[in-house]
Amino acid sequence: MRRLRALVLLMVAGISFAAAQDSAPKIDTGDTTWMLVSTAFVMLMTPGLALFYGGMVRKKNVLGTIMQSFIALGVITVVWVLWGYSLAFSPSSNGFIGGLEWLGLQGVGLTPNPDYAGTIPHQLFMLFQMMFAIITPALITGAVAERMKFSAYLVFLVLWSTLVYVPLAHWVWGVGGWIRNLGALDFAGGLVVHVSSGVSALAAALILGKRKGYDTELSPPHNMTMTVLGAALLWFGWFGFNAGSAVASGALAVSAFVATHIASATATLSWIIVEWIHRGKPTVLGAASGAVAGLVAITPASGFVGPIPALVIGLCAGGVCYYGIRLKSKMRYDDSLDAVGVHGVGGTFGTLATGLFASKAINAAGADGLFFGNPGLLLTQIESALVAIVYAFIVSWILLKVLDKVIGLRLNDEHELEGLDQSQHGETGYVM
Amino acid sequence: MKKIEAVIRPHKLDEVRTDLLEAGFRGLTVLEAKGFGRQKGHTEIYRGSEYSINFRPKVLIVLVCADNQVEKAIEVIVRRARTGDTGDGKIFVTSVEEAIRVRTSESGEEAL
Repeated sequence: MRRLRALVLLMVAGISFAAAQDSAPKIDTGDTTWMLVSTAFVMLMTPGLALFYGGMVRKKNVLGTIMQSFIALGVITVVWVLWGYSLAFSPSSNGFIGGLEWLGLQGVGLTPNPDYAGTIPHQLFMLFQMMFAIITPALITGAVAERMKFSAYLVFLVLWSTLVYVPLAHWVWGVGGWIRNLGALDFAGGLVVHVSSGVSALAAALILGKRKGYDTELSPPHNMTMTVLGAALLWFGWFGFNAGSAVASGALAVSAFVATHIASATATLSWIIVEWIHRGKPTVLGAASGAVAGLVAITPASGFVGPIPALVIGLCAGGVCYYGIRLKSKMRYDDSLDAVGVHGVGGTFGTLATGLFASKAINAAGADGLFFGNPGLLLTQIESALVAIVYAFIVSWILLKVLDKVIGLRLNDEHELEGLDQSQHGETGYVM
Repeated sequence: MKKIEAVIRPHKLDEVRTDLLEAGFRGLTVLEAKGFGRQKGHTEIYRGSEYSINFRPKVLIVLVCADNQVEKAIEVIVRRARTGDTGDGKIFVTSVEEAIRVRTSESGEEAL
């Protein structure tokens, strides 16, 4: 009898102890698994981008182009760990930039941070966000393909991510961020990743100028098979980019995954249909570009819209971005690989489309858009898009102008003719 | 001996080769080439950018034969390679001073 009483007491003590622990953030293994996987998916998008871009340039520039994406994995990782994550995500009261409390990841441990992701280790959230920070500046290289010095590019990587990406990430996603506090919706980076890089790409294309021979001797993509492989890896990885932005495994992640895939599919179709009508033949480059355009457009909307709105967004994105890339010939700038036309235009379109199609029925933590009875969201989206555009453009412009004066951005004529591979890296892409 | 160099469309190579073999010619050399003549280049617009395609892919057949076989070779090549459109190619005939078989050191027409 006495032993039974002791046992019962022990059990009661154990149960109340466990109950007390429930109030502290607890790691959910399902969420953590999905976020580990998502983080890896997004990492894969950077080499995917490398191949997507690499196939589109001339043979003599294939390695240099790939290197510009690949090296971001190295450079931005260090930036993020040392100061990027802290400045972007540590809560602020000023609303403009995070604090220094997490410099060098101090205080970023393995217990969850309930502000951002209450069921996964904080370091995992940090790492997931790092992958976004890595790929964003790499997108810009599309606009300066085949003519930027590697040394200047490395400096640009560090400064752009610190001066443009980090503040924008804070404004849109950080606790205290002022655009977040306005109620703007950006599920996975329409503003932070695509508008920012697309608009910065425009500044870069204007400052660096056109490639030699732009008006007379452009060459078509040297390896479309590589480009399609890259596009496929991007599509695959984007599931982590968007569905992972649910920061949990469950209904919302699935919803975002579904929306992402449908939008990419319909954008692929709409691009080639427009192309078929406009130019007479549907091209593989068009299909790959359409897929990416759809993915870009759905990025801000992915966690807030249902399947049919996603279908519509993708359908429009293919056409909108197809015409977006024609801006460069109209306005006579050399956006070599259409970073502006696809990411800038597509990201802006997606941000606005979120203002139309967002529904609290899909994500109660979001808001309703115009088509669900709330025109206010669209205004907020427009405002946040304008802010992102103006900020990214101006800061990039100044940064690039200064860099150009101090170290020079562009290859000299000899090196540009010789190609990036030989002049910057002393290598050849294809020795077979 | 004469050397015949024939620039033709790449997809015509197989038919030309088969007929030359049938006509008794026992060897030839083929190079991948590009070139233009009256076919010139053209401009393509590909994802918003204009590309000038200045050269067309071609194949260069090099064939060395006895003087009395030149007419036959030309007749075979022309018959098989012609399509009637610009870009069919050209044939050049030059004199060959010497020919040697590497394996045996035979020279002259025996080497062909």
